[in-house]
Amino acid sequence: MKLFRIRGGVHPQEHKQLSAHKAIEVMPMPELLRIPLQQHIGSPAVPVVRKGDSVLKGQLLAHAQGMISAPVHAPTSGRIIAIGKHIAPHPSGLPVRTITLKADGNDRWIDLPGPVDPFTLDANEISERVAAAGIVGMGGASFPSAVKLNLGKRFSLHTLVINGAECEPYLTCDDRLMREHATEILDGVRIMMRALGVAHCLFAIESNKAQAHEAISKAAGNHNGIRTVKVPVRYPMGSEKHLVQTLTGEETPARALTADIGVVVHNVATAFAVHEAVRFHLPLISRVVTVSGGAIKHPRNLRVAVGTPVRELLAHCGGFREEPARLLSGGPMMGQPIINTGIPVVKGSNAVLALTAAETATHPAMPCIRCGSCVKACPCGLVPVEISARTRHGDLQGAADLGLMDCISCGSCAYVCPSHLPLVQYFNYAKGELTARQRAEHKQKETKRLAEQRAERIAREKKAKREAMMRRRQAARKRTKSEKAGANV
Amino acid sequence: MSHTPLFSAPHAHQATSIRRTMWLVILALLPATVYGLYLFGWPALNLFVVTVASALLAEAFSLRLAGKAVKPFLFDGSALLTGWLLALTLPPWAPWWIGVVGALLAIVIGKQVFGGIGQNLFNPAMVARVALLISFPLEMTTFLTPLPMFSANAPSFVEGLAISFSQGINLDAVSSASLLGHVKTELGQGHLLPDVLTSVYDLKTLLSGNTPGSLGETSALLILVGGLLLLFLRIISWHIPLAMLGTLAMMATFFHWLDPAHYPDAVYHLFSGAAMLGAFFIATDLVTSPVTARGQLLFGAGCGLLVYIIRTWAAYPEGVAFAVLLMNATTPLIDHYLKPRIYGRRRDGSPLQHRNRLSEGGGT
Amino acid sequence: MLAAITSLMLLGFALGSLLGLASRYLKVEGNPLQKEIEEMLPGSQCGQCGYPGCAAAAEALANSRAPVTLCPPGGVVLAEALAGKLGVSIDLSTLEEKQPMVAFVNEGLCIGCGRCYKRCPTDALVGGPKQIHVVISDSCTACEKCIDVCPTACIEMRPIPVTLQTWHWPKPSLAYTA
Repeated sequence: MKLFRIRGGVHPQEHKQLSAHKAIEVMPMPELLRIPLQQHIGSPAVPVVRKGDSVLKGQLLAHAQGMISAPVHAPTSGRIIAIGKHIAPHPSGLPVRTITLKADGNDRWIDLPGPVDPFTLDANEISERVAAAGIVGMGGASFPSAVKLNLGKRFSLHTLVINGAECEPYLTCDDRLMREHATEILDGVRIMMRALGVAHCLFAIESNKAQAHEAISKAAGNHNGIRTVKVPVRYPMGSEKHLVQTLTGEETPARALTADIGVVVHNVATAFAVHEAVRFHLPLISRVVTVSGGAIKHPRNLRVAVGTPVRELLAHCGGFREEPARLLSGGPMMGQPIINTGIPVVKGSNAVLALTAAETATHPAMPCIRCGSCVKACPCGLVPVEISARTRHGDLQGAADLGLMDCISCGSCAYVCPSHLPLVQYFNYAKGELTARQRAEHKQKETKRLAEQRAERIAREKKAKREAMMRRRQAARKRTKSEKAGANV
Repeated sequence: MSHTPLFSAPHAHQATSIRRTMWLVILALLPATVYGLYLFGWPALNLFVVTVASALLAEAFSLRLAGKAVKPFLFDGSALLTGWLLALTLPPWAPWWIGVVGALLAIVIGKQVFGGIGQNLFNPAMVARVALLISFPLEMTTFLTPLPMFSANAPSFVEGLAISFSQGINLDAVSSASLLGHVKTELGQGHLLPDVLTSVYDLKTLLSGNTPGSLGETSALLILVGGLLLLFLRIISWHIPLAMLGTLAMMATFFHWLDPAHYPDAVYHLFSGAAMLGAFFIATDLVTSPVTARGQLLFGAGCGLLVYIIRTWAAYPEGVAFAVLLMNATTPLIDHYLKPRIYGRRRDGSPLQHRNRLSEGGGT
Repeated sequence: MLAAITSLMLLGFALGSLLGLASRYLKVEGNPLQKEIEEMLPGSQCGQCGYPGCAAAAEALANSRAPVTLCPPGGVVLAEALAGKLGVSIDLSTLEEKQPMVAFVNEGLCIGCGRCYKRCPTDALVGGPKQIHVVISDSCTACEKCIDVCPTACIEMRPIPVTLQTWHWPKPSLAYTA
């Protein structure tokens, strides 16, 4: 199949050999699970259980709220011991509303309806089941999948792309899932094709995963419509828009969705979850997580219950070989630092990495020498050197004018920077600060409106008061007049 | 907990740093340098050492004065490279103070005054070279036929010290014009090219570098080897060298075709003077050249064009330094106007249009 | 010589009359800048800038007597807009030091007197007489007028808490600049 070139990109060391040969292993259920109510983009889920309640595995803990949201289910049976704040899996370390579940050790399932044939369901029924199972994009973005399965209603779609690129170094969870569960994944793919109403599917796998490619090709068999494609190994191949461009040659317009060019992209792990949810009514309560990095004693791929604290994963993998320089949730290119090992695994966590100083290869920052490496590496055609310079000097609007908001934070620029400048942090700071300013501007407009309304109201009240006074006075005058007249009579 | 330094992604990094970049450039310069030092003997080595040492001292002094950390900046290799490049462009037997003044000009005026590494608008080595050329025209244009080290007529170590460090050595006995200078003079006197060139012009000589010229500029072949090494290591991209040499060659070919008696051919232009060193090592200076591929093409083409114009019609026989400085001045402008197209947008910045929404009103 | 003198005189005369006409026909009443600046200000008359109201502040700004960073509710956005309008450069450091605040009613002390919500320029305090008052934090500009009138000193200004939705990465601080 003809593939198309994307701009820029980098070739980081893969390090996948650390865990690629390790079969997925089910991690023992921990005693205490911390289940955040917000594991997805959108509104947080609303609890339907109370402190002290006993719950069964798969039971609904919190329901979705609003259009873009996802419910949360119990990963095992046990008792709810708290509904409160717990440190979020987020670089800020801020608290998030979290349900704490004490496992009873029985791991007893709630009664599930019998399996159904998904191909008797219509598109709406499929997306409803996906929504009810709490499935979110498992590649890391955590966007509610049902919303993406409904795109067929708003766009005319022609292709479903399954993202098996797994372009981040170290990560092997998708690779293992494809090798071990190819049939289930393809069942999920067919269900999603039915929900979207598309006849074609391109299953993209980076060419460094030969075994996964073989397994998927074999499982796809002679099902026409599904085609497995080996895409070149280049970061960020797994970026939705860039993957679609590689496969179709079409570029998604800025500030638009891939659906705008007729394509919807889903992750392989999502396809697996869809298969389980639609066919067997199983909610999304566990996922495969790669635990790897040079500082981990025994790198592994684990199937982990959502809510399992990171420290349990580390302990299960034998702890640290040496003190890690960085402890990360996600891959080294876009992952977030873990500042507390008490944070739980959530639906979007694909890896826990402990990297040694040698692996991170970071040095203190030096001044920019304008070498242009970042310009060459940027897959979005931006000029990171200029954007970061403007941000550094406080000209955020200027940074936005240069396309800051088109940056996908892939980190390619910072990866190649010989001055080791924290370019991505500049961009993240600028994006966040610009959003904050927009909020402030909105608030100021609102203040102005409120102040004007109040001034008007006060004026109105004054006028009303004056008029009332006048009327009273007139009435009084009339009264005295009539009294006088009466007296005269 | 909140006191842990917060590291933003990415958490892995390519094995690259400013120091590595600078040292690789120096490595690429090594063959031409060693050969140049061999060709011109002890006085050249003296000048080279003095120039490089002065550059490092000037850098350390400036950093101290600016209150910056001396160690990381002094050892990033940039001052060393600047001094090195400057030395390569000096006449090999120039007196020691030419090297000292040049290094001071390059580091203090050319670089540190702008705010240090990465901040300078102009190539520091070329700032120094042009300032020296204008201020000390005699010393800066006294070239000599190579007298390889240890050869019969070459000065001994002591004689070399005398040439470099004491006044009044008469160089007339050995001095000889560079090819570019010779041709310019002869053409100026109304001679025609075929007569002028027969005696001095030989491609083999130009490639090997056994010809009068600056310390490290004479061997086009060794410089080319170094340049290709930089390309291979991806320290520089092909855009500037190709555009510069290509434009120079095209201009030369065109005018040579018009009038072979007055305009030398492309080979003469490409392999003489500082053209090769300029294209691979000077115009490609990371700090002072544009950051985008299209910008670099334009920049290189501008350099090539200016080199040809200055060599052919201006008063100086060689124009690489002037050309590079002039184009350096245009770099901010080039970077402002020639940007890559942003993904999903047209060149003018508006989003691409091919939406296939079924109904309007859906948000993104 | 004569031609030169004549032509220059004519030129001077023509241009001079043009200026004279312009000053007569294109005359502007009052200072339009002041009006435009007043439009940009929040208009809550909160007085945090030290001027009696937004109109007075606008006048001071128009006559370059006040810095563009004077308005805390307007924040950085307004300061930048004003700087653009007046064509001056700004020093944002004074603004960045100020953490955004919001009023907070200590429910144990509030007696429901109703003075605060009558005084609030943005109606950010709600509640009835003899009822505990509540702050609508989205509307509060932290002007502190309510603090001045509260008889039981039950109102205080607290920093707006950072949430997962409002947190963003801090600006990197580079060691080499030190």
